Amino acid sequence: MNRFAHSWMSAALVIAIGIVLMLALPGVMDEYSLLQGTIYAVMAILGVSLGFIWGFGGILCFGQAAFFGLGSYTYAVAVINMGDSTVPFILAMAVPALFAAILGYVIFFGRLSDVYMGVITLTVTLILFNLVNSTAGPEWKIGVAPLGGFNGMPGIPTLNYPGKTDQALSPKDLFYVTMVCLLLTYLGLRVLISSKIGRVIIAAKENEQRVLLLGYDARVYKLFSFTLGGGIAGLAGCLFANWGAFTSPTIFGLAQSAQIIIWVIVGGLGTLVGPIVGSVVIQWLTTQIGTQQIFNSNLVLGVILVVFVVLVPRGIVPSLGSALEWLWHKLKSRAAAPGKTKQRSTAAPAVSASSPTTTGLSSTAKTASTINEQTA
Amino acid sequence: MDRRSFIKSSGAAMAGTAAPMFPLAALAADDIGIGSIHDLSGGLDIYGKPMVDALTFAIEEQNAAGGLLGRKLKLFSYDPQSSMQMYAQFAQQAALKDKVAVVHGGITSASREVIRPVLNKHKALYFYNTQYEGGVCDRGTFSTGVTPAQTVGKLIPYAMKKWGKKIYIVAADYNYGQITSQWVKKFALENGGSIASIDFFPLDVTNFGPTISKIEAAKPDMVVSALVGGAHMSFYRQWAAAGLTKKIPLASTTFAVGNEHIVLSAEEADGFLLSYNYFENIDTPENKAFKARFHKRFGADYPNITELAMGTYQGFKLWAEGVKKAGSVEIGKVTTALESGISINAPSGKVSIDPATHHCILNVSIAEVRNKKLNILQTFQQQSPIDTSAVCNLTRNPKDNQQYVIKA
Amino acid sequence: MDLAIIVLIQVLYAVASLVIISSGLAVIFGMMKVINLAHGEFMMLGAYAVIGSLRLGINLWVAIFIIAPIAVGVVGVVLERLVIRRLYGRMIDTMLATWGLSLLLVGVVTSVAGNTTAGVSAPMGSFSVGAYSVSSYTLVIIGVAVALGLAIRLVLMHTQLGLIARGTMQKPDMANALGISPSLVYSVTFAVGAALSGLAGALLAPLTGVVPTMGGAFVAKAFITVIGGGPAILAGLVSASTLFGAINQLATFATTPVFGEVALLAAAIVMLRMLPQGITGRFFRRSL
Repeated sequence: MNRFAHSWMSAALVIAIGIVLMLALPGVMDEYSLLQGTIYAVMAILGVSLGFIWGFGGILCFGQAAFFGLGSYTYAVAVINMGDSTVPFILAMAVPALFAAILGYVIFFGRLSDVYMGVITLTVTLILFNLVNSTAGPEWKIGVAPLGGFNGMPGIPTLNYPGKTDQALSPKDLFYVTMVCLLLTYLGLRVLISSKIGRVIIAAKENEQRVLLLGYDARVYKLFSFTLGGGIAGLAGCLFANWGAFTSPTIFGLAQSAQIIIWVIVGGLGTLVGPIVGSVVIQWLTTQIGTQQIFNSNLVLGVILVVFVVLVPRGIVPSLGSALEWLWHKLKSRAAAPGKTKQRSTAAPAVSASSPTTTGLSSTAKTASTINEQTA
Repeated sequence: MDRRSFIKSSGAAMAGTAAPMFPLAALAADDIGIGSIHDLSGGLDIYGKPMVDALTFAIEEQNAAGGLLGRKLKLFSYDPQSSMQMYAQFAQQAALKDKVAVVHGGITSASREVIRPVLNKHKALYFYNTQYEGGVCDRGTFSTGVTPAQTVGKLIPYAMKKWGKKIYIVAADYNYGQITSQWVKKFALENGGSIASIDFFPLDVTNFGPTISKIEAAKPDMVVSALVGGAHMSFYRQWAAAGLTKKIPLASTTFAVGNEHIVLSAEEADGFLLSYNYFENIDTPENKAFKARFHKRFGADYPNITELAMGTYQGFKLWAEGVKKAGSVEIGKVTTALESGISINAPSGKVSIDPATHHCILNVSIAEVRNKKLNILQTFQQQSPIDTSAVCNLTRNPKDNQQYVIKA
Repeated sequence: MDLAIIVLIQVLYAVASLVIISSGLAVIFGMMKVINLAHGEFMMLGAYAVIGSLRLGINLWVAIFIIAPIAVGVVGVVLERLVIRRLYGRMIDTMLATWGLSLLLVGVVTSVAGNTTAGVSAPMGSFSVGAYSVSSYTLVIIGVAVALGLAIRLVLMHTQLGLIARGTMQKPDMANALGISPSLVYSVTFAVGAALSGLAGALLAPLTGVVPTMGGAFVAKAFITVIGGGPAILAGLVSASTLFGAINQLATFATTPVFGEVALLAAAIVMLRMLPQGITGRFFRRSL
């Protein structure tokens, strides 16, 4: 079972489902739902970036929103200055990645641990927020693009076909581009994880000391995954600026960072599909809460977060996976020996000859499922 | 993780994406939808809640009178939770999914500039009912709030005559604060005054200690405040705690809009000068009747009917007049009707739409805060939005679509 | 000369308010290694407790020093029993769970109290230093911070309760063997930390707008101060507050409040880079 999870087949399955969705949805959805789908996909990319560096790299970054914001602002400033959107699109990934590299250098080569890393990333995102928030005056501009401070930058030109400035992407095209980016990101990360580099990254998360003793510089690998995560978040930022045609300092804020963390927790830490599911579910929930008056949105989000951390700590996808795994085994053992199942399960472990096997199977299944979580 | 769970998770993702397609609140075939995008949580909820109350009241009133064009009105209320992304999302939802006939919403100028392009793109009518810095020139938008020429232009000369010529300005650090402070400067200089300093504060700043010391060092004759939001209330608190409420007088273009005069104590706010379109104790029969009906609906202990709440009520009433005149809710027809010279007898007095700017001609009063109440000192009748009309003429350029940053 | 005195008072006030704000979080983190991100909301509850008491006609000082801490302490005990207890040892999980609790508390208070509430004005008027007037209440804050520091030291070093608490934190199984219930000690400690947060909120209520979302402004600063301070509770608290408070206020005087905040944050990053374990990871190691 876990061979399947590690194998290219599971990745191919997810990609296939993604492609089906991508091609089918525009046919059945109206313009509004398409726009919704686009923002969900954008946020899914953002969620995956944190899911990757946290679940596989072991880096809890409280400020993933900083790279998101940098990506969207970079795109906005660049496209307003340059006109054609090809270079801005690339810059929107490069600048946050560069920033992540510098920040990562400070953090990892300074040997800061868990909590302190959380504090520093939190502080960085707050600094960026404060700085960008106070650029409201007309004197704050890069090139011809005014930063706008709290007002943000409205009216950002959409991506256009490379080279043809007057052919901007339609909402449907944007949906395709976003979905393609999401699928490529997922595929790329899956390939990375199953490669040698990926294995070192995961090992560094599990036991940094051992990795060092084996001769790998864990810091470099962490820096690499952090930078990559930053670049992906920047990509999400660029697509966000396209979706809404605006950007504003609030995306640097604490609230946005909190949201990303909630998505990953709810969806499932240690998986790549988890953050996608988590981001869609929470986004949808927030939208629904906003359209009714009975429950305060903070209340609902708070309850969800607490419930998930306490009761479902592994998140939706792994828990669902384990539940199905358990069901699968139950069905399989029932199918293998119908009617004899009762005898096996009620016999005490030491007495019956077949029980150790049953217990053996279930314990292997348990360890298998824990390993499985790491690779989905 | 096995095959099944992959399918399950993708299925969940698909369901999650598809779920919004099944509307939770459906529009009955004949109803007219009214969209409301106001913050009911987050830092701006002190402004948003009274506005939604007023809109609810207005819609209920209209429905009790038989609806509009024989059809019932239905309110779609969205709470963007002070998040720009949600503003954009809800604007899209209102226009595309719930297909409302008009959207009343947006509080900060920043949120308005996010909503406006979205509603323009999807051809939905937009009423912005909050007082702001002026300059929006867009045929798809009607701004019913007061603008600096209408309020600041009267407030500053009055305050200067009363208190003196040297002004220290503290303002919120975004387009509203930036532009309004320029207007204060303009009117001050026009009347022979001088500006000691203009300080800007982002919306979440609560530490005003050093600022207060700086103000004292500058020895101004008065302070003009364009501070916005819950956090900025700390300025007034700390100002009073330092004993300066009694020493240096203060005028404000935003105070009381979030019911600050009720939250703060009398000693902390007495003597502040304000200027708005609506005050609860305007002495006209329409206002008395309105208050009676409003208190019947929301209780006699309703804290205060704010300027923004009345703006929303008046905005709705103007739109309703336009619909009645046009005989339809289609955006083109309603816009033409609204541009043909609509006016209503509102609780604040007569309010008319100026066709060239899509802003309102209305009464403006100067009031003083006294014992948690706002007492009117002087009223100016039928003020035109001259700041916007100096740069914007939609009759001549109907395709114009931008916010002019009015150079003071 | 006047300006120098004013600056000094303001700086002391900034340090004092950081001490007061962070004390609750320091106790909970220093003793239990639990990062309580609902700290800001405990402060908010303290502020609302004061407002509620004033409505009932209770004296302001009684409300601030007695009612608010007790009320929030009770809330702390309840939350500890229901949620935090299950997550000991899992630092990241407690961070996230308390974050959820903070959202929940904001939601509850908003639903119950609404957004427009009568606040409380600062008592005791003001006094003048040359051409400047300063609120006398700032002196109260400074005084309370000093008293608080002394009280924490007193309780932890010189009382039975403090001894038990410190012992349990260092070696819970040993304390258990000696007949002390660690879970009870944890509950009490969390309650004390919550009570301190409530006191902080109550003290700051006259100086800030009391709205359900007021906690957010404080939690980041408190968090940074506590982590920057390092493992020793009191020494870390005082040293970090002094450093950050001074930098913050001086930068604010020199420029604007925004750059004051940025200066504080930048200082935190620099300091953590140089002293990864916090200030008391390197200096004052053996102190409390």
